[in-house]
Amino acid sequence: MEQGPGGAAAGGAGLLLPLSDTEQQRYSELFSLCCSPAPEGGSAPAPAAGGSKVGDLFRASQLPADTLHQITELCGAKRVGYFGPAQFYVALKLIAAAQSGLPVRIESIKSELPLPRFMALKNDIEMRYGNAAEILGVKFQIPHPILEKNSFRRSDEGDKKQETKSPPMSPMCSPPASPSNYQRIPLSYGYGKSRSKLEQPHGVSYEARHSTHQQDGPATGNYGSKSALVHSSLSRFLSVESEPQDSSNYPDDPWRITEEQREYYINQFKSLQPDLNSLISGSVAKNFFTKSKLPIPELSHVWELSDVDCDGALTLPEFCAAFHLIVARKNGYPLPDMLPETLLPDYLQPASLKPKRDCALLDSYSESLSVSQQTRDFNRTELETVCEDPTNSEPLILFDVATSIVEPTSVEEMPDKSALTQDANSDDNQALNISTTTKTIPKDFKPSQHLSVKTVVQESNTLKARPRSRSYSSTSIEEAMKKGEEPPMPPPRPQKSHSRASSLDLNKIFQQNTQAVKSGWLPPPPALPPRPFVSQTEQVSEIELHPQMNRAPSQTEESSPMRKEILLTQPPSKPIRRKFRSENQMLENQELTPTSSVTSSLPAVKPHLPAQKQSSKQKRAIQTAIRKNKEANAVLARLNSELQQQLKEVHKERIALETQLEQLRPVTVL
Amino acid sequence: MAVCVAVIAKENYPLYIRSIPTENELKFHYTVHTSLDVVDEKISAMGKALVDQRELYLGLLYPTEDYKVYGYVTNSKVKFVMVVDSSNTALRDNEIRSMFRKLHNSYTDVMCNPFYNPGDCIHSRAFDNMVTSMMMQVC
Repeated sequence: MEQGPGGAAAGGAGLLLPLSDTEQQRYSELFSLCCSPAPEGGSAPAPAAGGSKVGDLFRASQLPADTLHQITELCGAKRVGYFGPAQFYVALKLIAAAQSGLPVRIESIKSELPLPRFMALKNDIEMRYGNAAEILGVKFQIPHPILEKNSFRRSDEGDKKQETKSPPMSPMCSPPASPSNYQRIPLSYGYGKSRSKLEQPHGVSYEARHSTHQQDGPATGNYGSKSALVHSSLSRFLSVESEPQDSSNYPDDPWRITEEQREYYINQFKSLQPDLNSLISGSVAKNFFTKSKLPIPELSHVWELSDVDCDGALTLPEFCAAFHLIVARKNGYPLPDMLPETLLPDYLQPASLKPKRDCALLDSYSESLSVSQQTRDFNRTELETVCEDPTNSEPLILFDVATSIVEPTSVEEMPDKSALTQDANSDDNQALNISTTTKTIPKDFKPSQHLSVKTVVQESNTLKARPRSRSYSSTSIEEAMKKGEEPPMPPPRPQKSHSRASSLDLNKIFQQNTQAVKSGWLPPPPALPPRPFVSQTEQVSEIELHPQMNRAPSQTEESSPMRKEILLTQPPSKPIRRKFRSENQMLENQELTPTSSVTSSLPAVKPHLPAQKQSSKQKRAIQTAIRKNKEANAVLARLNSELQQQLKEVHKERIALETQLEQLRPVTVL
Repeated sequence: MAVCVAVIAKENYPLYIRSIPTENELKFHYTVHTSLDVVDEKISAMGKALVDQRELYLGLLYPTEDYKVYGYVTNSKVKFVMVVDSSNTALRDNEIRSMFRKLHNSYTDVMCNPFYNPGDCIHSRAFDNMVTSMMMQVC
């Protein structure tokens, strides 16, 4: 938390201490704030600020209690028994001194002090405005009961602060024209912000966070610690939780992911990639995040921040971090230069995988744990702002839906969240411990989660030291070339034999027929008969080829395997025909192979046939011719396919060679 | 150590160029531009046969009185040009190589970002930081 230029310290306006005009203004504002709720405050004997309100204000300065006691003593309130204006001013000035680090002494306030700074406003605003608005900066170190609601709405605050600047005069009141949800309710302090709509009279501690947040999103130390801003709008969500604030535990609160946010992110992850343990590719993520309508350079920066391992893809924690950064950006937080600690994958990993059930477990924690409600509030406000302030920034298409969905459930989840955030906020390590403990129920998730955690952690740990696996070697081109060379290597051996033997196919077919005729009566198993026939066919084919085909079977040996193949392939169809047409075949074979001894046996096999079917001989002749043609067609078709294959391979070779040539050719670019 | 660092695209337009502000930046722009010719010459000099063995690091492109220009080209013809001060004699080849390697790594990281369109100017903060660290080492 930043104490900034000191809290508001009252100086006896002109009584004992010199006060600058701004200081005077501020102090008077504060005083009137303290007084106004109590009408009697302004009455004689001297206008006195309401003790409780003063106490609240002092506590909002976020000074330790003993310091406040010291201040109270010094300013003389105890002496006179009330806080008159003089005492009040002195006390305020002492607070300023204490906040700037000076010892609480009367002497210290005699010197020029930086303008008091209360949590509410930050920086120059505070400097400028000694008003109540600034006083808002008084931090509250209010114990739980006082802090009932923390609502934190950064963006709203920003607006409000400006608004508060404008009506500095009306501390008490003027609830800024903007919607009330204003955080602070320092009741007695008009601070400009204190619209105490919220019930709590006591108060609210104002967090300097707001200011710091506005300054630089992440670095709001005071967040958790003290003040909880009562947020009227959040009242519906927020369950009263008092949290003691431990200062500086939530330095990067806006960058913490609440449970409901995380679940939302996980659901979105699932919609993009059902497997939670795998990655979302860059292009998918790009399309998704582009829908958020952030400018591309910002999205590019978000990616840079969140993709820790620089692999062009997002794991679940990386995705949650990126999503969270985008949501924060939409809510007005400037993007950090470095990824906040709470968004690191190894931090998010165990938590991101935390199943929903943990929420239920945390109910018991809600009371005991102190929550940085601001974080919760913040997170909630983020969600709220997304849905509630459409004018704020262009509503996210996707996110709006989710937040609206999330809201109704937020009420129940409030205590859970608070507990969770408390856990998280208390200490990172503790958060992990708590999260692990709360995971007792979903034990089955644990091992997988832990494993993935470990792997992710290991990955992240080795990120920096990771030797780049990218090969920059000049051999990459060589490899590419080698790969290009490989495909052409295998020679088309079978085809050669095929092509050569293809011419013999027809003969073989006839041979097959003859052979099939021989054994026509028996349905030959497709594979077996050809083999014994091959030997016969070889002899026969050699004899027959010359006279019939006039083709040069240069390699009968090769043809034989081809024949076998043909026989193997063709027989399946042949037997059927043979069965039906065995007679025809026999006749045809007889006709076709006049010289074969085989054929001579045919007529012996069927002596009765020629006698019966002289008239059908013609038919059979035609049928034979048809069959022959069909077979020839089949052979030619196969030959064609083989040649096509050869052609393809040659094409491939050609392409490979062309690419090689192109690679070798010096590149001339213009 | 570098006085000027430039990333040139395949089509020889700059994707990223940055110099130490104190110097006359235009002079460095011109130097980088003229060094591109030398880069091209070195690439083509390899010839067809040597393209496999072509090193990514091109070495000293040309020295002048005040400074030396080193070059590095990737397999996708993206060139990195670095101008170093001649007076910095302690700078050895290894160091230049390591600097180029870092540049290349950062460049691939930029490429990994899906929101980066190849051919755009490089606006990555991480890349800027890396280049700054390289340039700051000199001072």
